[in-house]
Amino acid sequence: MEEKIKELRAALEADMAGVQNKDQLSAFWQKYLSKNGSVAGLTKNLRDVPKEDRPAVGKTINEFKTWAEGQYKALSEQVEQAALAARNEAETVDITLPAKRHHCGGLHPITLVKNEIIDVFAGMGFEIYEGPEIEDDDHNFTRLNVPKNHPARDMQDTFYVAEDIVLRTQTSGGQIRVMDREKPPIKVLVPGRVFRSDSDATHSPMFHQMEGLVVDKNITLCDLQGMLDKFVQALFGPEVKTRLRPSYFPFTEPSVEVDVSCFACGGKGCSLCKGTGWIEVLGAGVVHQNVLKNCGIDPQEYSGFAFGIGIERIAMLKYGINNIGLMFENDLRFLEQFKD
Amino acid sequence: MKVPFSWLKQYVDIDVTAQELEDKLFDCGFEVEERIDLGADIHKVVVGVVTDCVPQEGTHLHICKVDCGDYGHDIQISTGAPNVYAGMHTAAALDGSTLPGGIKIKAKPLMGVESNGMLCSGEELGLNEDLYPGAEVYGLLDLPKDTVPGTPIQQVVGLDDSIFDISITANRADCQSVLGIAREVAAALGKPLTMPATDYTVSDYVDEKLSITVEAPDLCPRYLGHYVRNITPGTSPRWMRRQLALCGLRSISNVVDITNYVMLEIGQPMHAFDMDTLESHQIIVRRAAEGEGITTLDGKEFTLTPDNLVICDGHKPVALAGIMGGLNSEIKDTTTQLLFESAKFARDNIRKTARSLGQNTDASSHYEKGISEYTTELGMARALHLIQELGCGEVTATHFDCSAGASREGKRFTAKISRINAILGIEVPQNEVLSILRRLAFEVELMEDGDTMQVVAPRWREDIEIGEPDLAEEVIREYGYDHIKPTFLKAAQVTTGGLAAEQQRTARLKKAMCAQGFYEAMTLAFYADADLDMLHIAPDAPERKVIRLLNPLSSHLTIMRPLLAPSLLNSAVGNLRNGNAAGRLFELSNIYLPRQLPVTELPEERPHLGFVAFGPDEDFFTLKGALEGVGEAFGITFEVERAADVPWLHPGQSAYLVCDGERVGVFGRLANDVTAELKLPKDSRTNLNILLGEVDYAALMRHACCKLCYRPLSPFATVERDLALVVDEGMTCGAIVDAIRHACPQVHKVELFDVYRGEKLGAGKKSMAFRLYFQPADKALEPADIDRFVKKILGNLKYKLGIEIRE
Repeated sequence: MEEKIKELRAALEADMAGVQNKDQLSAFWQKYLSKNGSVAGLTKNLRDVPKEDRPAVGKTINEFKTWAEGQYKALSEQVEQAALAARNEAETVDITLPAKRHHCGGLHPITLVKNEIIDVFAGMGFEIYEGPEIEDDDHNFTRLNVPKNHPARDMQDTFYVAEDIVLRTQTSGGQIRVMDREKPPIKVLVPGRVFRSDSDATHSPMFHQMEGLVVDKNITLCDLQGMLDKFVQALFGPEVKTRLRPSYFPFTEPSVEVDVSCFACGGKGCSLCKGTGWIEVLGAGVVHQNVLKNCGIDPQEYSGFAFGIGIERIAMLKYGINNIGLMFENDLRFLEQFKD
Repeated sequence: MKVPFSWLKQYVDIDVTAQELEDKLFDCGFEVEERIDLGADIHKVVVGVVTDCVPQEGTHLHICKVDCGDYGHDIQISTGAPNVYAGMHTAAALDGSTLPGGIKIKAKPLMGVESNGMLCSGEELGLNEDLYPGAEVYGLLDLPKDTVPGTPIQQVVGLDDSIFDISITANRADCQSVLGIAREVAAALGKPLTMPATDYTVSDYVDEKLSITVEAPDLCPRYLGHYVRNITPGTSPRWMRRQLALCGLRSISNVVDITNYVMLEIGQPMHAFDMDTLESHQIIVRRAAEGEGITTLDGKEFTLTPDNLVICDGHKPVALAGIMGGLNSEIKDTTTQLLFESAKFARDNIRKTARSLGQNTDASSHYEKGISEYTTELGMARALHLIQELGCGEVTATHFDCSAGASREGKRFTAKISRINAILGIEVPQNEVLSILRRLAFEVELMEDGDTMQVVAPRWREDIEIGEPDLAEEVIREYGYDHIKPTFLKAAQVTTGGLAAEQQRTARLKKAMCAQGFYEAMTLAFYADADLDMLHIAPDAPERKVIRLLNPLSSHLTIMRPLLAPSLLNSAVGNLRNGNAAGRLFELSNIYLPRQLPVTELPEERPHLGFVAFGPDEDFFTLKGALEGVGEAFGITFEVERAADVPWLHPGQSAYLVCDGERVGVFGRLANDVTAELKLPKDSRTNLNILLGEVDYAALMRHACCKLCYRPLSPFATVERDLALVVDEGMTCGAIVDAIRHACPQVHKVELFDVYRGEKLGAGKKSMAFRLYFQPADKALEPADIDRFVKKILGNLKYKLGIEIRE
């Protein structure tokens, strides 16, 4: 019996080497480990063994059987591993092939800047108001302290659709509409499109402005600068600061031009700031008493400030765009650069 | 406005450099747009005295020894100039020097003779006869004999000067002159202002016949006239010609130069009429008669209307008031007597006339900005003074002053220092406030309370309004904006802010469009009729009722758009032309609908959502899918209804978007005939698919359901069943889906997953395969239930649409 086991072990080991796939594995199992297999056959031969030897031989057979099953298990794992490896190999792809994806679009850079500005001021308690784009003379000029023969009418080239109806030249008219509806405290932003009869590399006949208005008791020029500091720092970085210098707008008095320290060179002077260290970003001032009066607000009790931001200008500065015309051409190669 | 540094120095003792003055002006509200430093590009050119001058034989040259002071007493320079002589003082450009235009001078032999530089003509130094007399003679600049050898040439010929080109804000009409800027400079530097001389004496002569009448005092509130006779024509003195030249004006004759000089210096446009040409010894200031004509000094002819103001003699217009004199009364070399005019004209009338006639002059530009009567008086006095100073005429006693009666005093009011400081938010000391205002020529008297001031504004400051804000501006621009200390609304009440719900929804819609692959476009709100033509919109279509600009910038931008679609189509075409073969664009923007025409009240501004998709992979269904995706973000479901009547869309591939029975928009493939007319390069026409649409944003949003609400998940499995139906070719998917849904409310979803056409089916037939999803409500569905449902569905399909199930 010992001999037989020895022969069988040798045959089994020899066959094992030839098992490469599942079919061969199955044949191997049939040949040795199935009910009619050679290993089971050993037990049948136990009958021929003398009775007294049977326990010992039986034990040997069982040990052999356990060994054979162990061999099969290892072999089967090996085959499965090989099969998996072969499949993985077959399924391997070139991971540098182009991705399959859904392409999203994007917002216009003017919208991005507008949203950013709104976010800053919304956090300071500003509401957002949008007035009409076609506006009457009264709101666009007269009640903003620009009566019919006022020099300031020459500052802006106005599009007319009727004698007293214009395409608004500024969002400042929103001030009047807001103050007609609400009484102080007022904090409001008026974003919108405005129109002027002008067209070149830095002017478009249509562009975007954002008017800001604060009216409350004891509002000062210091408050204006403090708020604008926060605004420019949110937009251009915590290290920039503002500078006020005298200017003229009919609806504010005093009026100021607001410059920011150049965020490209830190104020040392570069091509962006034309060597001055400062960049002009917006106009502002203390709300003119006549404007308050025109809206039924007592200038002795209330004061306020207003500012007007050119959104294209901010966008051009922020993104380094050098021609305003690009904003309205809608070339996808341009728009695709502003995914947010 | 151009202001020479040297001219300013006549009125103010300026002890700062040009750069420092530029900074000072900037701080107080006058930005110097450009500073021209005259002699800045001249280096190492000095006064040289020709000590020895020998002709070089066989050439036209002279070999000179030149004394250049510290640069060398015996420098040999050759020159070809014919006017050189021993003892001449001239300009010597030394070895290594630079002349205007970047010309470099080096020592090098001239016709074989050593020459260590170049002797210069006036023109080589950038001079002309007005800037320096003798500058235009042929040959070398012949300098006076008292010039010191070695002195930099700029100092000798007046090129050590700067010209400030200053931008003046619209409110500061009083600063449209050298004197006006000098006043600001004096205030900023805290120096006294020396006024130009305006004294003159009049002769005994009176012209009794001459009369001046202002018939339109509303357009001419002040008119001064003064008769000057015994004119001796001639050239102006050197100083006057130089100053005119620095400001870009050429000298003409003494009398004409005086009028120009006064305009530059005082800011008052002056005019002089040749008295001999005035008929009837009369000046009448009146509105022009309808159709009346005038030929101005420059030879241009104009036909006038009563909106134009003219200066007339007894019979005819002799000047277009405030703009230009008439050719008929022009000052000539032969003029012996003249009438000076110094007037104030209504600024808006001058502006309108100048614009409507297209005749803009220095005078009209001054009047448009505004002239104070103070300036009018000063200008006349200055002109008469100059007549006497130049000795070129007799100032007679015939003087006219026609006034509409305006006050001759400055505005008088009270103001409180505490209110000024309340506006600024800082404490400017009392003495600073008083000092600043006085420096700016305000008369200020402080009352006993130490706060209230009695103020009289200078007469020339017509921009000053009564009250503290104007004074606050005057104070802070002189005191310095750097004194403002930023605070953050320390006294203001807290308010809530942020976007209103409607504004948030707009922002969400834009995001939803982006998620569907659209880029946000921004197009101009106006275009032209041609853009509506492009979309084949009928001449009588409602879209043709448009708002027109009365003063369009160009013929491409004449109407306020009634549709976004043309703008977006143009953007798509632009992209295709630029080689962008595919893309999606949208715009959320207003269209403009007049309430009546012509416009008499504000029109309706209606927000529309316009969109375009183009490229080889786009078709009706990609756009439909994108729109469904956007609708989903707002809980909007819509139906489609064939839109065969939209001229710009393909009748077979376009649809109205219908929400709860309301048409809210339209979209589809661009009509073939519209596409064919697009100006596109040939290669971009292959696989050209352009899909275009436009939606009424407010109408769409009326169907939005933005409330998010949870529905419990069904514990029962959804059951699927496929149906293949053979139908006539004309049968629509929508009709079948409707019939299925109608027959069986348990159908949760129907999907078309295959359409097949083939010989076996027969001509004109197609097979459509649908997958039905049954969603149980309250109990699990058994196969028998599904069979029952399907039977019902098939019954309904047969009954309603005559459809049999495919065998």
